[in-house]
Amino acid sequence: MTTETTMPTRRNFIGGAGKTLSLAGLAMISGGCSYAAAPNSASATSQDVEILNAAIALEHEGIAAYQIAATSGLLQPAVVDIGVTFQGHHKGHRDALIKAVEQLGGTPVEEQSQDHYIDALDIASLKNQEDVLRLALKLERGAANAYLGLIPSLGNDFHQVAAQMAGDEAFHAAILGNALGEPIPKTPLMFG
Amino acid sequence: MKTTTGIAFALIAIVTTIGGLLLANSHPSMQNALHVPGNAEKTDPSIKSSALSVTLAATSDQAAIGEKLYQMKCGACHSLDKNRIGPRHRNIVGKQAGTVTGFKYSNALKRLKAQWTDENLDAWLENPGKFAPGTSMGFRVKKANERKAIIAYLKSVSK
Repeated sequence: MTTETTMPTRRNFIGGAGKTLSLAGLAMISGGCSYAAAPNSASATSQDVEILNAAIALEHEGIAAYQIAATSGLLQPAVVDIGVTFQGHHKGHRDALIKAVEQLGGTPVEEQSQDHYIDALDIASLKNQEDVLRLALKLERGAANAYLGLIPSLGNDFHQVAAQMAGDEAFHAAILGNALGEPIPKTPLMFG
Repeated sequence: MKTTTGIAFALIAIVTTIGGLLLANSHPSMQNALHVPGNAEKTDPSIKSSALSVTLAATSDQAAIGEKLYQMKCGACHSLDKNRIGPRHRNIVGKQAGTVTGFKYSNALKRLKAQWTDENLDAWLENPGKFAPGTSMGFRVKKANERKAIIAYLKSVSK
Protein backbone atom coordinates (compact mmCIF):
# COMPACT_ATOMS: atom_id res chain seq x y z
CA MET A 1 0.00 0.00 0.00
CA THR A 2 1.44 3.34 -0.98
CA THR A 3 1.47 6.49 1.06
CA GLU A 4 -0.98 8.04 -1.36
CA THR A 5 -3.54 5.32 -0.79
CA THR A 6 -2.87 5.14 2.94
CA MET A 7 -3.22 8.81 3.75
CA PRO A 8 -6.92 9.24 2.90
CA THR A 9 -7.75 6.10 4.81
CA ARG A 10 -5.89 7.35 7.85
CA ARG A 11 -7.49 10.74 7.55
CA ASN A 12 -10.87 9.11 7.50
CA PHE A 13 -9.85 7.17 10.57
CA ILE A 14 -8.63 10.35 12.27
CA GLY A 15 -11.94 12.04 11.64
CA GLY A 16 -13.79 9.07 13.01
CA ALA A 17 -11.57 8.83 16.05
CA GLY A 18 -12.03 12.49 16.84
CA LYS A 19 -15.79 12.16 16.65
CA THR A 20 -15.74 9.05 18.76
CA LEU A 21 -13.61 10.70 21.41
CA SER A 22 -15.76 13.80 21.40
CA LEU A 23 -18.89 11.76 21.76
CA ALA A 24 -17.35 9.74 24.55
CA GLY A 25 -16.26 12.89 26.31
CA LEU A 26 -19.61 14.53 25.85
CA ALA A 27 -21.45 11.45 27.02
CA MET A 28 -19.36 11.52 30.14
CA ILE A 29 -19.74 15.23 30.65
CA SER A 30 -23.47 15.40 30.00
CA GLY A 31 -24.50 11.96 31.22
CA GLY A 32 -25.02 10.86 34.79
CA CYS A 33 -24.33 13.99 36.79
CA SER A 34 -25.39 17.11 34.98
CA TYR A 35 -23.84 20.37 35.97
CA ALA A 36 -26.96 22.23 34.98
CA ALA A 37 -29.05 19.99 37.21
CA ALA A 38 -26.86 19.86 40.25
CA PRO A 39 -24.06 22.38 40.34
CA ASN A 40 -21.83 22.25 43.38
CA SER A 41 -21.71 26.01 43.71
CA ALA A 42 -21.27 29.04 41.56
CA SER A 43 -17.66 29.42 42.63
CA ALA A 44 -16.87 25.75 42.00
CA THR A 45 -18.43 25.95 38.56
CA SER A 46 -16.50 29.11 37.81
CA GLN A 47 -13.33 27.40 38.96
CA ASP A 48 -14.01 24.45 36.65
CA VAL A 49 -14.58 26.80 33.73
CA GLU A 50 -11.24 28.49 34.35
CA ILE A 51 -9.35 25.20 34.61
CA LEU A 52 -11.09 23.67 31.58
CA ASN A 53 -10.28 26.79 29.60
CA ALA A 54 -6.62 26.41 30.50
CA ALA A 55 -6.87 22.84 29.20
CA ILE A 56 -8.44 24.14 25.98
CA ALA A 57 -5.53 26.57 25.63
CA LEU A 58 -3.17 23.64 26.08
CA GLU A 59 -4.96 21.69 23.35
CA HIS A 60 -4.93 24.72 21.04
CA GLU A 61 -1.18 24.90 21.47
CA GLY A 62 -0.76 21.18 20.81
CA ILE A 63 -2.89 21.34 17.67
CA ALA A 64 -0.88 24.31 16.42
CA ALA A 65 2.42 22.59 17.20
CA TYR A 66 1.49 19.55 15.12
CA GLN A 67 0.24 21.80 12.31
CA ILE A 68 3.47 23.79 12.26
CA ALA A 69 5.52 20.60 12.40
CA ALA A 70 3.54 18.95 9.60
CA THR A 71 4.19 21.87 7.27
CA SER A 72 7.78 22.51 8.36
CA GLY A 73 9.38 20.33 5.73
CA LEU A 74 11.50 18.74 8.46
CA LEU A 75 9.50 15.54 8.78
CA GLN A 76 9.38 12.38 6.73
CA PRO A 77 5.93 11.70 5.23
CA ALA A 78 5.29 8.74 7.52
CA VAL A 79 6.07 10.90 10.54
CA VAL A 80 3.75 13.61 9.27
CA ASP A 81 1.06 10.96 9.02
CA ILE A 82 1.49 9.98 12.67
CA GLY A 83 1.59 13.63 13.74
CA VAL A 84 -1.66 14.35 11.92
CA THR A 85 -3.25 11.41 13.69
CA PHE A 86 -2.12 12.73 17.07
CA GLN A 87 -3.36 16.18 16.11
CA GLY A 88 -6.76 14.64 15.45
CA HIS A 89 -6.81 13.31 19.01
CA HIS A 90 -6.05 16.78 20.34
CA LYS A 91 -8.85 18.22 18.26
CA GLY A 92 -11.15 15.68 19.86
CA HIS A 93 -9.96 16.78 23.30
CA ARG A 94 -10.49 20.42 22.39
CA ASP A 95 -14.01 19.80 21.15
CA ALA A 96 -15.00 17.87 24.27
CA LEU A 97 -13.55 20.56 26.53
CA ILE A 98 -15.28 23.34 24.60
CA LYS A 99 -18.58 21.54 24.97
CA ALA A 100 -18.00 21.18 28.69
CA VAL A 101 -17.24 24.86 29.16
CA GLU A 102 -20.32 25.80 27.20
CA GLN A 103 -22.47 23.47 29.29
CA LEU A 104 -21.17 25.21 32.39
CA GLY A 105 -22.18 28.56 30.95
CA GLY A 106 -18.66 29.70 30.23
CA THR A 107 -16.99 31.03 27.12
CA PRO A 108 -14.34 28.76 25.63
CA VAL A 109 -10.97 30.40 25.14
CA GLU A 110 -10.06 30.93 21.50
CA GLU A 111 -6.87 29.84 19.82
CA GLN A 112 -4.11 32.36 19.33
CA SER A 113 -2.33 33.24 16.11
CA GLN A 114 0.13 30.82 14.59
CA ASP A 115 2.82 33.46 15.03
CA HIS A 116 2.17 33.38 18.76
CA TYR A 117 2.71 29.62 18.91
CA ILE A 118 5.80 29.81 16.70
CA ASP A 119 7.30 32.27 19.16
CA ALA A 120 6.05 30.61 22.34
CA LEU A 121 7.41 27.21 21.33
CA ASP A 122 10.64 28.60 19.89
CA ILE A 123 9.94 26.85 16.60
CA ALA A 124 12.82 28.68 14.93
CA SER A 125 15.26 26.58 16.96
CA LEU A 126 14.04 23.33 15.38
CA LYS A 127 16.49 22.22 12.71
CA ASN A 128 15.62 18.60 11.96
CA GLN A 129 13.14 15.82 12.54
CA GLU A 130 14.70 14.78 15.83
CA ASP A 131 14.32 18.32 17.20
CA VAL A 132 10.64 18.27 16.24
CA LEU A 133 10.06 14.89 17.84
CA ARG A 134 11.78 16.00 21.04
CA LEU A 135 9.54 19.05 21.24
CA ALA A 136 6.49 16.87 20.62
CA LEU A 137 7.61 14.43 23.31
CA LYS A 138 8.16 17.25 25.78
CA LEU A 139 4.69 18.66 25.11
CA GLU A 140 2.92 15.30 25.23
CA ARG A 141 4.71 14.16 28.36
CA GLY A 142 3.98 17.49 29.99
CA ALA A 143 0.34 17.34 28.95
CA ALA A 144 -0.09 13.89 30.48
CA ASN A 145 1.33 15.20 33.74
CA ALA A 146 -0.77 18.35 33.51
CA TYR A 147 -4.05 16.50 33.17
CA LEU A 148 -3.21 14.17 36.02
CA GLY A 149 -2.09 17.06 38.21
CA LEU A 150 -5.24 19.10 37.73
CA ILE A 151 -7.72 16.31 38.48
CA PRO A 152 -7.85 17.11 42.23
CA SER A 153 -8.80 20.69 41.39
CA LEU A 154 -11.64 19.75 39.04
CA GLY A 155 -15.22 18.85 39.92
CA ASN A 156 -15.86 15.12 40.22
CA ASP A 157 -17.73 14.90 36.93
CA PHE A 158 -14.60 15.80 35.00
CA HIS A 159 -12.17 13.45 36.69
CA GLN A 160 -12.71 10.57 34.30
CA VAL A 161 -12.49 12.59 31.10
CA ALA A 162 -9.33 14.32 32.35
CA ALA A 163 -7.83 10.91 33.08
CA GLN A 164 -8.84 9.73 29.60
CA MET A 165 -7.07 12.69 28.06
CA ALA A 166 -3.99 12.05 30.20
CA GLY A 167 -4.06 8.49 28.88
CA ASP A 168 -4.10 9.73 25.29
CA GLU A 169 -1.18 12.07 25.96
CA ALA A 170 0.77 9.26 27.63
CA PHE A 171 0.10 7.06 24.60
CA HIS A 172 1.48 9.78 22.33
CA ALA A 173 4.51 10.21 24.57
CA ALA A 174 5.20 6.47 24.50
CA ILE A 175 5.12 6.39 20.69
CA LEU A 176 7.36 9.44 20.44
CA GLY A 177 9.77 8.12 23.07
CA ASN A 178 10.02 4.85 21.16
CA ALA A 179 10.64 6.69 17.90
CA LEU A 180 13.47 8.54 19.58
CA GLY A 181 14.95 5.33 20.91
CA GLU A 182 14.17 5.94 24.56
CA PRO A 183 14.25 2.86 26.77
CA ILE A 184 11.15 1.61 28.51
CA PRO A 185 11.08 3.09 32.04
CA LYS A 186 11.92 0.49 34.67
CA THR A 187 9.65 1.79 37.40
CA PRO A 188 5.89 2.29 37.46
CA LEU A 189 3.93 5.50 38.04
CA MET A 190 5.69 7.25 35.18
CA PHE A 191 3.31 10.19 35.08
CA GLY A 192 1.63 12.45 37.54
CA MET B 1 12.22 5.23 11.57
CA LYS B 2 15.95 4.58 11.15
CA THR B 3 18.69 6.54 12.82
CA THR B 4 22.39 6.55 12.17
CA THR B 5 24.72 4.91 14.64
CA GLY B 6 26.08 8.31 15.66
CA ILE B 7 22.64 9.65 16.42
CA ALA B 8 21.83 6.47 18.29
CA PHE B 9 24.80 6.96 20.61
CA ALA B 10 23.87 10.59 21.14
CA LEU B 11 20.32 9.58 21.95
CA ILE B 12 21.53 7.09 24.55
CA ALA B 13 23.04 9.98 26.50
CA ILE B 14 19.92 12.09 26.14
CA VAL B 15 17.65 9.21 26.99
CA THR B 16 19.69 8.48 30.10
CA THR B 17 19.03 12.00 31.28
CA ILE B 18 15.32 11.84 30.52
CA GLY B 19 15.14 8.39 32.08
CA GLY B 20 16.64 9.83 35.24
CA LEU B 21 13.97 12.50 35.17
CA LEU B 22 11.22 9.91 34.98
CA LEU B 23 12.74 8.05 37.88
CA ALA B 24 13.23 11.15 40.00
CA ASN B 25 10.41 10.29 42.35
CA SER B 26 11.84 6.98 43.35
CA HIS B 27 15.61 7.29 43.05
CA PRO B 28 17.10 7.12 46.57
CA SER B 29 19.90 9.61 45.89
CA MET B 30 17.44 12.17 44.61
CA GLN B 31 15.14 11.56 47.52
CA ASN B 32 18.06 12.15 49.85
CA ALA B 33 19.04 15.29 48.02
CA LEU B 34 15.55 16.67 48.35
CA HIS B 35 15.68 16.17 52.09
CA VAL B 36 19.00 17.93 52.72
CA PRO B 37 18.07 20.63 55.24
CA GLY B 38 18.78 24.31 54.97
CA ASN B 39 19.69 26.65 52.17
CA ALA B 40 22.06 29.53 51.62
CA GLU B 41 19.69 32.23 52.80
CA LYS B 42 18.86 30.52 56.07
CA THR B 43 22.41 29.48 56.94
CA ASP B 44 23.84 30.73 60.21
CA PRO B 45 26.64 33.21 59.36
CA SER B 46 28.83 31.53 61.93
CA ILE B 47 28.61 28.18 60.24
CA LYS B 48 31.91 26.58 59.27
CA SER B 49 33.00 27.14 55.70
CA SER B 50 33.11 23.44 54.88
CA ALA B 51 29.55 23.00 56.10
CA LEU B 52 28.52 26.08 54.15
CA SER B 53 30.00 24.55 51.00
CA VAL B 54 28.02 21.41 51.60
CA THR B 55 24.88 23.45 52.14
CA LEU B 56 25.44 25.47 48.98
CA ALA B 57 26.06 22.29 47.04
CA ALA B 58 22.85 20.84 48.43
CA THR B 59 20.98 23.95 47.33
CA SER B 60 22.49 23.64 43.89
CA ASP B 61 21.56 19.97 43.74
CA GLN B 62 18.06 20.78 44.81
CA ALA B 63 17.76 23.40 42.08
CA ALA B 64 19.01 20.86 39.55
CA ILE B 65 16.39 18.37 40.70
CA GLY B 66 13.87 21.17 40.66
CA GLU B 67 14.72 21.94 37.05
CA LYS B 68 13.89 18.37 36.05
CA LEU B 69 10.68 18.46 38.04
CA TYR B 70 9.84 21.83 36.49
CA GLN B 71 10.22 20.42 32.99
CA MET B 72 8.16 17.38 33.87
CA LYS B 73 5.38 18.98 35.89
CA CYS B 74 5.25 22.61 34.76
CA GLY B 75 6.62 22.38 31.23
CA ALA B 76 3.31 21.65 29.56
CA CYS B 77 2.13 25.17 30.26
CA HIS B 78 5.14 27.23 31.29
CA SER B 79 8.63 28.13 30.17
CA LEU B 80 11.21 30.51 31.56
CA ASP B 81 11.14 33.08 28.80
CA LYS B 82 7.85 32.77 26.92
CA ASN B 83 4.27 33.40 27.95
CA ARG B 84 2.36 30.27 26.99
CA ILE B 85 -0.64 28.72 28.71
CA GLY B 86 0.79 30.28 31.83
CA PRO B 87 3.17 33.20 32.31
CA ARG B 88 6.94 32.99 31.86
CA HIS B 89 8.87 32.22 35.01
CA ARG B 90 12.32 33.78 34.80
CA ASN B 91 12.64 36.26 37.68
CA ILE B 92 9.28 35.22 39.07
CA VAL B 93 10.51 34.79 42.66
CA GLY B 94 10.01 38.00 44.59
CA LYS B 95 7.69 39.40 41.95
CA GLN B 96 4.16 40.62 42.68
CA ALA B 97 1.63 37.99 41.61
CA GLY B 98 -0.23 38.66 38.37
CA THR B 99 2.24 41.16 36.97
CA VAL B 100 4.22 39.41 34.24
CA THR B 101 3.94 41.75 31.29
CA GLY B 102 2.12 40.54 28.22
CA PHE B 103 0.30 37.69 29.95
CA LYS B 104 -3.49 37.69 30.18
CA TYR B 105 -4.26 36.73 33.76
CA SER B 106 -7.48 35.42 35.25
CA ASN B 107 -9.38 37.85 37.44
CA ALA B 108 -8.29 35.80 40.44
CA LEU B 109 -4.64 36.56 39.81
CA LYS B 110 -5.33 40.16 38.87
CA ARG B 111 -6.99 40.66 42.25
CA LEU B 112 -4.44 38.69 44.23
CA LYS B 113 -2.33 40.80 46.54
CA ALA B 114 0.64 38.58 47.08
CA GLN B 115 4.33 38.46 46.42
CA TRP B 116 5.94 35.25 45.18
CA THR B 117 7.90 34.39 48.28
CA ASP B 118 8.96 30.83 49.13
CA GLU B 119 5.98 30.46 51.43
CA ASN B 120 3.46 31.79 48.96
CA LEU B 121 4.87 29.73 46.11
CA ASP B 122 4.66 26.63 48.28
CA ALA B 123 1.01 27.32 49.13
CA TRP B 124 0.24 28.12 45.50
CA LEU B 125 1.81 24.96 44.14
CA GLU B 126 0.16 22.83 46.79
CA ASN B 127 -3.34 24.06 45.91
CA PRO B 128 -3.67 26.99 43.50
CA GLY B 129 -7.45 27.14 43.83
CA LYS B 130 -7.22 27.52 47.58
CA PHE B 131 -4.52 30.18 47.38
CA ALA B 132 -6.29 32.16 44.65
CA PRO B 133 -9.89 31.00 44.24
CA GLY B 134 -10.99 31.23 40.62
CA THR B 135 -7.53 30.79 39.15
CA SER B 136 -7.17 28.94 35.85
CA MET B 137 -4.27 26.91 37.21
CA GLY B 138 -5.55 23.60 38.46
CA PHE B 139 -2.28 21.72 38.59
CA ARG B 140 -1.19 20.72 42.09
CA VAL B 141 2.20 19.54 43.26
CA LYS B 142 1.31 17.16 46.05
CA LYS B 143 4.72 16.34 47.51
CA ALA B 144 6.34 18.99 49.72
CA ASN B 145 9.87 17.98 48.74
CA GLU B 146 9.00 18.39 45.06
CA ARG B 147 7.53 21.84 45.70
CA LYS B 148 10.67 22.80 47.59
CA ALA B 149 12.89 21.67 44.73
CA ILE B 150 10.82 23.48 42.11
CA ILE B 151 10.94 26.66 44.18
CA ALA B 152 14.72 26.26 44.54
CA TYR B 153 14.93 26.07 40.76
CA LEU B 154 12.73 29.13 40.28
CA LYS B 155 14.94 31.01 42.73
CA SER B 156 18.01 29.95 40.76
CA VAL B 157 16.59 31.59 37.63
CA SER B 158 15.46 34.74 39.40
CA LYS B 159 17.56 37.78 40.16
